[in-house]
Formats: sequence, C-alpha cells, structure tokens
Amino acid sequence: MMKDEDIIPIEEPRLTAWDLLYLPQVLQGLKVTLRHLFRKKVTVQYPEQRRDLRVANYRGVHRLNRDEQGRVACVACFMCETACPAHCIHIEGAEAPWPDREKYPVKFDIDELRCIYCGMCEEACPVDAIELTTEFSFVGCTREEMIFDKEKLLEVFDQTRDIKPRKNPPITGYPDVGGPIPRVEDSNANTVEHKENHL
Amino acid sequence: MKEFFTTQFGFSLLLMVVLIGMILTAVAYCILLERKISAWVQDRVGPNRAGPYGLLQPIADGVKFLLKEDIISANVDKALFLLAPGLAFTVAMIGFAVIPWAGTVRLGDSVVAVQVASVDIGLLYILAVGSLSVYGIVLGGWSSNNKFSFHGSMRAAAQMLSYEIPMGLSILVVVMTCGQLRLEDIVAGEAGQMGTTWNVLLHPAAFVILLVTVFAESNRLPFDLAEAEQELIGGYQTEYSSMKMAFFYLGEYVHMITASAFVAVLFLGGWELFPFSDRLGWAWLQWLNHDESIWAMLCRFMVMSGKVGSFIFFFMWIRWTLPRFRFDQLMRLAWRGLVPIGLGLVVMTGFCVYAGQPATPWAPVGDVVIVAMVLLWTVLMKPRATGRQSHLPPVLLDVT
Repeated sequence: MMKDEDIIPIEEPRLTAWDLLYLPQVLQGLKVTLRHLFRKKVTVQYPEQRRDLRVANYRGVHRLNRDEQGRVACVACFMCETACPAHCIHIEGAEAPWPDREKYPVKFDIDELRCIYCGMCEEACPVDAIELTTEFSFVGCTREEMIFDKEKLLEVFDQTRDIKPRKNPPITGYPDVGGPIPRVEDSNANTVEHKENHL
Repeated sequence: MKEFFTTQFGFSLLLMVVLIGMILTAVAYCILLERKISAWVQDRVGPNRAGPYGLLQPIADGVKFLLKEDIISANVDKALFLLAPGLAFTVAMIGFAVIPWAGTVRLGDSVVAVQVASVDIGLLYILAVGSLSVYGIVLGGWSSNNKFSFHGSMRAAAQMLSYEIPMGLSILVVVMTCGQLRLEDIVAGEAGQMGTTWNVLLHPAAFVILLVTVFAESNRLPFDLAEAEQELIGGYQTEYSSMKMAFFYLGEYVHMITASAFVAVLFLGGWELFPFSDRLGWAWLQWLNHDESIWAMLCRFMVMSGKVGSFIFFFMWIRWTLPRFRFDQLMRLAWRGLVPIGLGLVVMTGFCVYAGQPATPWAPVGDVVIVAMVLLWTVLMKPRATGRQSHLPPVLLDVT
C-alpha cells in the first residue's frame, strides 16, 4: 500500500514572461540542431563497414566441437536439450563406436530460428561440446535451411576454429571477423577464472 | 505561334506548364531533403544508396509508391475516400497561380507578368484556397471510417479554424501598410515605391505570427496534430496506401512551397535581393530590380526561389528541432497569444495609416510594445489550469 510520505507533489514550474515568449527557447533549440547538422556522423555503412563487437562473448550461431582426433565431442547426454528454454535442440543418441565414451549423437539438430541465443546449452554441456560463436550474419531462404544438423554444426566449428579455439573457456578475448575486440576487463577475467576453478 | 506566347495568356499557359514541372520535381527533392536533414540532425547519414548521395531516391520512392498495393477498406465512403487525396493535392497546387515570381518581362513588343494569373485580389485568393486545404484532410479522415483518422481530421479542422484568424490579422497588417491586395504591387511597394520597405522590418511581430500560422496551416511540426504518428498512427492518412498516400504527402510539400512563396512575397520583398536596394542606386541592382529582359527576369526568379528554398529549409529545420504541441497548448497559443498580438498590431497599423504614415520607422517599436503588453497580460493572469487541480478530490492509487 502506498503511504502518504511516498507521494511527492510536484508543481508545474511557473513560466516567466521571457519563457512565455517561446522564441528564445526555440532559437536555442535551433542552435543545437544546427550544430548537429554539421557534426561528424556516427553511421556505420553496414555491409561494407562492420563495427567491432561490443562484447567479446557475443552469442551467435552454435557449433559442435570436435575433439583432438576430429570426432564429435558430444556425448549425447541431453543436458543441453533439457536446459534449452526454447526447445530448439533435438538429439538422438546411440552407443558410441569409440571406447572412451558410452554414447554419441547420431542426430543433432538445432532450429536456429527458434533459438533465443541465451547460451544455456553452452553452460549445461559437461564436455564443452556445444558452443556459441560470434557469427551473427547467417541466413537461409527457407525455414528448413535454418535447422542446422550435426554436419552443419561441425562445419561451423571447422570454420571458426581459428577465431575461437575449442574449450578452455576464455569465452572472451577472441577476435571477431569484423576487427579487434575490446580488451576484456580484469573483473570479467577473474570471474572466468573462478568459473574454471570451480569446474 | 511565337506571337501567342508573347501575349499574357500564352505566357501564363507556358509558365503554368513550367511551374508544375518545377514544383513536382522540387517536391520530390524536398522529401529527399527532409530525410537528409532529419538524418543530419540526428548525426546520421541519411539515404545514400540510390544514386550518388542518394540523389535518385525520389525516383525509387515514386516507383515504390506506384507498385504498392492500393488498399481500399471495406467500409469506407468510397467516393469521398478517393476524392480526398486529390483534393488535398489540387488545392495545394492551385495556390501557385497568383504568386508573382519575377516581376515583368518584355517579350517582343508586349510586357507580360511572370505570374500565372495577375488578379486584383491575389491575396484573398490565396487565403481562400488556403482555407480549402483542410477539406482534403477532413474528408480523408471522415471517409476512412476510422476513429483515429476522424480524430486527426477533427483536430485539423479546429486547428485551421483557430490559426486562420491570427493569419488573417497579420496579413491585414500588410494590406493596411501597402494598401494593396495585388501581390505584385505588394512586392513593388516593399521595393520602396511608396517610401516603404520589406514588411518584415516594419512589422517583425506580424512576420513571426504569419510564420507560426503557416506552420499550423501546412500541418507541419510542431503543429502536426492531425497526423501525430505517435498518438493517432498517422491521423487522417492512416487508411491510405500506395499512390493515394503519396498524394497527401505531395500535397503537404506543395503546400509548404506555396506557403514559403507567400511569406516571401508578403514580408521578404519577393524578388528583391535585399531591402533598400533601390536607394543605393547601384546599376546592377537597378538592372536586377527593374530590367525587363529575360536574363534579369531569370535572375529575379532565382532570388525568389532562393528565398523560398531558405524557407523550406527553415520548415524542416524547425520540424526536427521542436516537439509537437499538445492540443490545449496549441489552442492557447493561438487564442491567448497570437490573436491578441495580431489585434494589437492591426489597431496600431490603423493609427499609422490614419496619421498618413503607414511605413513609419517607429512601427517595429510599436510591435515590440504590443508583444510586451500581451506578455504582461499573460503573466499577470491567474496561473493556467493544467495538470491536477488542488480543488479536485485526490486520486487514490492502490499500489500494493
């Protein structure tokens, strides 16, 4: 319930004769806009020029990481699928043909149109197999085209491997295609380290 | 055939064709300029993809307008719905007929006026046509059968009604000073034929009033309450699409150009380069002001166009500077500000005319005195009733 002391009565300011003339204020406004008329423009001509990413850990399109031997790193644990708030991940697991893990994904589809790019899948993954890259300009002509399957996601990894090496989180501090990345703040780096230790 | 074009009638026909072409081109580029200026004011670049510096943008816009789907909603009053944009455009267009562009020109043996129609009541004609311009808006809003459109056109009607009065008063000041209704004679008077000069120097307050009312009449910010995208989703033109909407736009910009020319003629000496230019006695100024050759006419036309162009820039500059007035503020400005000042000016000019000196150098001082008096009256009055009033029961907010 709102209390009486919460109510702050505000009176409309009384205008003086000078204010009521309006013209001085109008002229002042015109002066401001005139200054802006000749000021340097801030527009970035997008397709030709690209702005540096504001944040180093920008969440763009997903990728499925490969391990050192080039196999898909995913162990089909369904953690990402469970964590996904948009239900855009669909995995079908099977017994792994390799001795070092029990399962692997035969099918791994992400509906990039349904995804909200929250990064929960990345957080949930116990083997750091699914990651978000900084790539944001990917398009398709149909909805089907925008459902990325396992091969496509692995391909994204191959393309972005140099920009963002797999795992070892510093998920910050890698350059984008657009240009240099602003330096990671110290406090930010600390949290990343902390997270690493915790894991 | 050549003789035909040296008669006033033939020349007027020719001028009409030339002017319509020029104005339509100018309007197309006005829209580009508007977008450019809005961008520059907001530190952006503006349209720059179509052609160098975006100069082909008007063509792209035109093609787009033509190719858009032309929607006529089911329950509109079809005849009026179709008539409204045309009316808005036509009415804005015919105002041009009496604008004197460049004095007179000698063609062969005859001297013709550079004006489509040189009528005795040019000023009244412009006023009459100007008041018609609200019809396009009112009909458009009413026939759309849409509450928001209707609200917009009602606003427009009330606004036009209120602003026509101060406009008339400020024009009356000019008419009394010059003793003329014929526009080219007013310009000649401003050039100093009767010991007078530019009316803006004699009556700066009347000039400001006319400027403000012209903004209101052409429905431009800060008085575009009829459109008010944020409140009325475009007001009277909400239901319009494709070329019909383009016609409303064209009408608005044509109206702007007419109004600019009108203000330039009434207060800024029409085609005269600067005030008192006749008294300097310089040969080239005499040539510019009075010569009847085609070249002098073209130079005068350029001067006039320059003034109109500056006004158009000013219109746009204001648009991207001032926020929209609230409706009660709009009405208060007209009825408590502009109308009393206008009335005072008319009375004062009346005294000047009675004393036989309509263009006395003391006239601007009188302007200042009258504005100061109206201001004083406004200040001494009770504070205005806006916002929550203390004598009303308090509103109890149950915020839990």
